[in-house]
Amino acid sequence: MSTRLATPGRLIDTSQPMSFSFNGKKLRGYRGDTLASALLANDQMLMGRSFKYHRPRGVVASGAEEPNALVNLGREGRFEPNQRVTTTELFDGLEATSQNHWPSLEFDVGAINARLSRFLPAGFYYKMFMYPRSFWKHVYEPIIRHSAGLGKAPKERDVDTYEHFHAFCDVLVVGGGVAGLQAALTAGKAGARVILLEQTDHWGGRAPVDGGVVDGASVDNFVDETLKALQSMDNVQLRLRTMGAGVYDHGYALGYERLTDHAPGSAGPRHRLWRIRAAQIITATGAIERPLSFAGNDIPGVMLASAVRDYVVNYGVSVGDRTVVVTNNDNAYLTAIALKNSGLSVPVILDARVLPDDRGLVAQAKALGIRVMMGHGVSSVKGGKRVTGVAICSQAGEGAVLEEIACDAVAMSGGWSPVVHLWSHCGGKLRWDTTHACFSPDVDNPPKGADGMGFVTPAGAASGMFALDDVLHDAHAAAEGVITCLDMKLPKEVTSPVAERREESPMAPVWMMPHGASAKLRAKSWLDYQNDVKVSDVRLAAQEGFVSVEHAKRYTTLGMATDQGKLSNINGLATLAGALDQDIPSVGTTTFRPPYHPISLGAIGGEARAEIFQPLRRTPLHDWHEANGAVFEPVGQWRRPYAFTRGSESTHDAVMREVTNTREKLGLLDASTLGKIIVKGPDAGKFLDMMYTNMMSTLKPGKCRYGLMCSENGFLIDDGVVARIDEDTWLCHTTTGGAERIHAHMEEWLQTEWWDWQVYVANVTEQYAQIAVVGPNARQALERLGGMDVSKEALGFMDWADGTLGGFNCRVYRISFSGELSYEIAVDASHGQAFWDALMAVGADLGAMPYGTECLHILRAEKGFIMIGDETDGTVIPQDLGLNWAISKKKDDFIGKRAQERSHMTDPNRWKLVGLETLDGSTLPDGAYAVGEGTNENGQRNMIGRVTSTYHSPTLGRGIAMGLVHNGPDRMGEVLSFPGTDGKTYEAKIVDPVFYDKEGEKQNV
Amino acid sequence: MSDPVTALKGAKGTAGFATVTEIGPVGMITLRGDFANKAVVKAAVAASGMTFPEQRRCATQGDQGMAWMSPDEVLIMCPYAEVHDRLENLQTALAKHHALAVNVSDARAVFRVRSPKVREVVAKLAPVDMDEAAFTIGMFRRTRFAQVPAAFWMPEADVIQVVCFRSVAQYMFDILNNAAKTGSEVGHF
Repeated sequence: MSTRLATPGRLIDTSQPMSFSFNGKKLRGYRGDTLASALLANDQMLMGRSFKYHRPRGVVASGAEEPNALVNLGREGRFEPNQRVTTTELFDGLEATSQNHWPSLEFDVGAINARLSRFLPAGFYYKMFMYPRSFWKHVYEPIIRHSAGLGKAPKERDVDTYEHFHAFCDVLVVGGGVAGLQAALTAGKAGARVILLEQTDHWGGRAPVDGGVVDGASVDNFVDETLKALQSMDNVQLRLRTMGAGVYDHGYALGYERLTDHAPGSAGPRHRLWRIRAAQIITATGAIERPLSFAGNDIPGVMLASAVRDYVVNYGVSVGDRTVVVTNNDNAYLTAIALKNSGLSVPVILDARVLPDDRGLVAQAKALGIRVMMGHGVSSVKGGKRVTGVAICSQAGEGAVLEEIACDAVAMSGGWSPVVHLWSHCGGKLRWDTTHACFSPDVDNPPKGADGMGFVTPAGAASGMFALDDVLHDAHAAAEGVITCLDMKLPKEVTSPVAERREESPMAPVWMMPHGASAKLRAKSWLDYQNDVKVSDVRLAAQEGFVSVEHAKRYTTLGMATDQGKLSNINGLATLAGALDQDIPSVGTTTFRPPYHPISLGAIGGEARAEIFQPLRRTPLHDWHEANGAVFEPVGQWRRPYAFTRGSESTHDAVMREVTNTREKLGLLDASTLGKIIVKGPDAGKFLDMMYTNMMSTLKPGKCRYGLMCSENGFLIDDGVVARIDEDTWLCHTTTGGAERIHAHMEEWLQTEWWDWQVYVANVTEQYAQIAVVGPNARQALERLGGMDVSKEALGFMDWADGTLGGFNCRVYRISFSGELSYEIAVDASHGQAFWDALMAVGADLGAMPYGTECLHILRAEKGFIMIGDETDGTVIPQDLGLNWAISKKKDDFIGKRAQERSHMTDPNRWKLVGLETLDGSTLPDGAYAVGEGTNENGQRNMIGRVTSTYHSPTLGRGIAMGLVHNGPDRMGEVLSFPGTDGKTYEAKIVDPVFYDKEGEKQNV
Repeated sequence: MSDPVTALKGAKGTAGFATVTEIGPVGMITLRGDFANKAVVKAAVAASGMTFPEQRRCATQGDQGMAWMSPDEVLIMCPYAEVHDRLENLQTALAKHHALAVNVSDARAVFRVRSPKVREVVAKLAPVDMDEAAFTIGMFRRTRFAQVPAAFWMPEADVIQVVCFRSVAQYMFDILNNAAKTGSEVGHF
């Protein structure tokens, strides 16, 4: 059984006990524990179930690479699934539950899948779920959905906050082990701005566990001294609990800081996403130990040798009383020695190698009296929910059992793989290191920046250096190289520390244990624990033709679990290489993509949530609208009043009232959101003639003209009224959503195409509060305010003038989007509210009422005015809308002209704008299609038109609509059928799109 | 004419580790022109009362200042009450040259953020190197704060002044206060 030892772990503070729960069971641990060590200390070996076969699983590693031990953590607003117990620091009151089982962790019905495993091989999903086709929707998908997923989805809103932080440095060092510390120190001493990130809560990495002597003192001492030196340097920033998550182009890197995961509820953000721009990056990310592929290597109690050692040394936790060590390298002997020194039993070390002599750790282990069996391995592990023993065989054979040894833990080591993820994210290449049987960074092919120079340098174990002395020298050299790249100088006296070297025998690659394992053993030898991929699955994939490593990965799901194959990748592709009779480097690796380890969505979102999820644009009159019954609708990022409701009035009734009141009396509209762009310069007229389809250069100062803008493909993209201010200045109104887009469109043409034209543009949209004063009483209201002459003679239709009204400086445009007598009045935004108040006051007995966007829509639809986004959808040209009158025939060119001459654009069969009038006065459903004769090749009814705008018009007392119809303008009076989604079919007659005041008399008074 | 009203009527946030205050209204003129033309530069200097700023810098003194916005754009700042006169004089001075000068005073909201940790507040929102050696008094950045365009500078130590569009004043106020929440100090600078 696993338990807490009497000798305390180096990271544990036994004076601070903590209580926590697992599946409701109350357990105890100490400050400094991870959830993994605390569970093991309580003999909770079984921590979860695997994804496919629901096999019982325990923790296998001690760090971020852990594939098995994922739990649901926390509750309610802090509930989060798939949390790794090895990276979860214990805190008082922690609540965890196990995942992926039903009804309980101990007894799981899904484990039946394991019995059926011979029917569930690699590619099972692809083979089984193809036929019959109808089964997919009704049988397979519901079953897969039910069984998919590991943890539960959170149901409540996250109560924590998150944020981003932008940091810049010369050198970013990722990893706070001895290599990272040394690299940071060297770079820091050269005067570089350094940021050093470490994903755990302590410095030094695994060197203090593995021991060693640096500059004549213990490696712990080296860690302490280096840290002290770094802390005293102003140019070095140190961050614990911050993982280097990804490396991107141009030296951009992401750090993922976990601030309160170990202390939920404390002030401040839970996670902080560091967005770091570094000139150079050093990846001192260490290495990960590989499992060995033998039968039963997934039974709880089988762990990485380094993890077994970590639990003993760091946390004072033994995984078992009797631990069998199985290895192909010297490093795992450290585990045997550590266990023995802690008073635990190591019945045997099974070493797959046959060594000519005993040196270093091998000799040391033997001297401690540990039995070592060279040339031997595990045939199979005995046990179900935990290890009970191992059957021993010759590594060279097929697995014939020579001896069985009872034990409750197995510590395995298949060698070490450098963590090359961050090196590889941005294109760093790898080379195969035959000595250590691993991929390590090919330092001659680093990820390159814009200058063609490398910007990532690996250091220490991450670059394939495993001996302590090599690690330190490599880290120092990495920093030295980086300093040179930065054109900085390292002071002469700064040199690398020197570590004592251990005598070591070379490791021997072992990809299958025993070498000639039978099919039966291979089907029990796990590669990917979380996704239940076994040696037999990868071989089957190879046999079925999936020879590319990327294909084999997807076919088998190897490396596709939440651990992204940190333990399984190399073993998997070695297995694939073996099955294909190729060498490992020619098979290659799959692609390493960020993040290195899952990061929270909250961190990615940062501060953007709730009130500040998105910027919400408000006009100067927003507060008044809010206080006066406005029902808002989003228009771009603006909020515009849709209607102003009164008392218990419905929104629809409010809209009807607003339309009638504006037609009969006086309506006020907040039009501040409309875009206003100033275009000025000697070439401004020429420029606007290109921007608009119609002629703007001939407009006289003091006059306004409605204009259309098209894209270079001829499609209508914006419209609005243009006013000529003076000889070389124009003001262009755009749609509400178009201001920034059209401003950018203009700048782009000026900067990239007509850079030699003398034109400047400025977006002054927000400088003004613009209020439309609309209705028969509009002039009277303005006259009451007093000031400038607003009579028909002084300010005719489509004129504009500067002046004052009621003491306010303003610019008044006689333009109308409603067909009524209408003035649009712009005042400086800071006076907008006061001007609105003045209008409401003088208009009180003239029937002044505010109106919203829906009323605006109805007013314009009654007049047959089009709306960008309703009548247009990116596929509509002005000709479709009968706007030929606004397309100049005199101009040589304008943006979109040539496109509009192409055959498809001049096709007489294009649908064209018409008015639609229902026979019974009802309102057509929005977006409804008119159906014609016959069916198309898909057996669907042919469509001959569609509704683009539809409203109930209170003015006419009936439904009115506009639509695009095949040969529409030639079919006046014809009745079309529009089947609705409500089951009814609407009949509507094709009519002129102008429903109201066809002669335009009302606006021209 | 009424008294000018700013977007947030001088809102102030003091709950966090920085004080966030909406100031203004501030007179602002956008000037676009060819600054290789001495006459244009001379007019800008006269209108602002300041020396012409170098790239990514601003010159400010009390209520007036001039900031570099792009190779062909500067922002002239002055007391709000003076903006119409200054604009008129500027336009007169530039009458014979191709240039564009417009009043944008009301299109903007201006915030002052004060804290010994004010650099952290900025670094949470804008992709700008806020190291003491990298961003100094006299520098000016046209950038973004979270999701909106913004420009800022440090008129004095521990203070930044941020300019954004008027319509997003509330958003700017909220994100500045949020970034200064007690307990969220980073300790980086």
